[in-house]
Amino acid sequence: MMTKAHPTRRDFLKVAAAGASASLLPLPAIAQGAGGSVVVVGGGFAGTTCARFLKRIDPRINVTLVEVTRTFIACPFSNGVIAGLRELTAQEFGYGKVAGDQITLAFASASGVDAGSRAVTLNDGTRLPYDRLVVAPGIDLRWDALPGYNEAAAQRMPHAWKAGEQTLLLRRQLESMADGGTVVISAPANPFRCPPGPYERASLIAYYLKTKKPRSKLIILDAKDAFSKQRLFQNAWKELYPNLEWVSLSMGGKVTSVDVGTMTLVTDFGRHKADVANVIPPQKAGQIAEAAGVADRTGWCPIDPVTFESKLAPNIHVLGDATIAGGMPKSAFTANAQAKVCAAALAKLLAGSKPDEPMLINTCYSLVAPDYGIHVAGVYKPADGQLKDVEGAGGVSQLDAPSSTRALEANFAEGWFKTITAEVFG
Amino acid sequence: MSPIPAVFAAALIFAFAGSASAAGLADAPPGATSCSGCHPSGRVDTSVPRLIGRNPADITAAMQAFKSGQTASTVMGKIAKGFSDSEIKAIAEWYGAQKD
Repeated sequence: MMTKAHPTRRDFLKVAAAGASASLLPLPAIAQGAGGSVVVVGGGFAGTTCARFLKRIDPRINVTLVEVTRTFIACPFSNGVIAGLRELTAQEFGYGKVAGDQITLAFASASGVDAGSRAVTLNDGTRLPYDRLVVAPGIDLRWDALPGYNEAAAQRMPHAWKAGEQTLLLRRQLESMADGGTVVISAPANPFRCPPGPYERASLIAYYLKTKKPRSKLIILDAKDAFSKQRLFQNAWKELYPNLEWVSLSMGGKVTSVDVGTMTLVTDFGRHKADVANVIPPQKAGQIAEAAGVADRTGWCPIDPVTFESKLAPNIHVLGDATIAGGMPKSAFTANAQAKVCAAALAKLLAGSKPDEPMLINTCYSLVAPDYGIHVAGVYKPADGQLKDVEGAGGVSQLDAPSSTRALEANFAEGWFKTITAEVFG
Repeated sequence: MSPIPAVFAAALIFAFAGSASAAGLADAPPGATSCSGCHPSGRVDTSVPRLIGRNPADITAAMQAFKSGQTASTVMGKIAKGFSDSEIKAIAEWYGAQKD
């Protein structure tokens, strides 16, 4: 059975009341759990989903969601904002409905975790005790990984890998670039948030250039020789964007330093001068993961594939982009799917029962053009301590599909965004 | 006892307790909660159909047709192939028992 870290009198009364009402009805064992306190750090696709589903599964669990910003800005579809196809406001979501679910919202930054006494400290000094902690911080950019690229440099060469001001900055730079200019995108080595993201971005920027500034060109400098949905992207580029060039790792694509003063990206093979440079730097789990002791030397978080409990610290669960999740990519769909499984596991753990072996799905759409969608999908289950691809399932869009299928997938992509954001924030 | 009456029995008990959806979520079979990433739980303007409250036999038949390739699809065939017949049946029955 769980033991409460720091039960307050109010908690005790709540639990006692719940116990009394439970005794009047023939409820299954799960509903007779003693509640408990869960703190969720991070109000993105993973954290918000987990907080809400946990509360729905067992309303007696005290759930606190810690998030810095009052408006969440979604990354999926933000490449469309960069390309001028939609506005940033279409990416923005508030926490009003979350608060309506009787979840306590703490708009603050989590600064520390005391895993021994089980409490999270916020930057305003508040101490939040927990029975179980959920860490869903997304990513942090590694400002130490690429010489010349730091937070100040990102004002000249935006990363736009966390949606918001950076997204708009990159868009404005593209809008002010003269026709005939060169756009350079630097794509990082694996793992990083949204594996097909740099290539969707390249596609949509190429679409913008083709329609608005047709003499311009776009170069992707890549620290990899292979990437997500590669053949689909490359086939589409050949067909749609002759001015888009992909330079792989083995062709000298890895950016080793940048110089914002001269707008130059340096590789072992040469120097690339850019009119607009989008540097997507190496990444790691959000800072609180490190503070909580759940990130390993890679900067990411190993987890149990059934409960998402950290393999490094007990009673702390990690979700979403921050995790090392075997075959599951760092996507919003993955984050949402993991969060629902974790919420069910948390409810069982708090009630003293054993979580079920889960199965999870991921589906990621990318737009190559506004009416040209492609996908990757997978099914996962725990095996050998990891989340592994179920053999025979999953894959990417058909290589030789007609344009009507690409248009249908673009429509599905749009529907997916509406559906998942409605589930998480609506 | 077949699983169908079990699901309905649980739903009935929770209807009295005033938390039918809670019972559903706690008992979701493997894979079921992932579906709502694309198949909306509420009213959403999307061409992807809702699964909540649909006839389990229809969901099962659709999944089997996706799995065999009898029904052409973009993603569903690839997803259906990840689930055994009994896993599909459990998901279909669970969605069938869900209410708005």
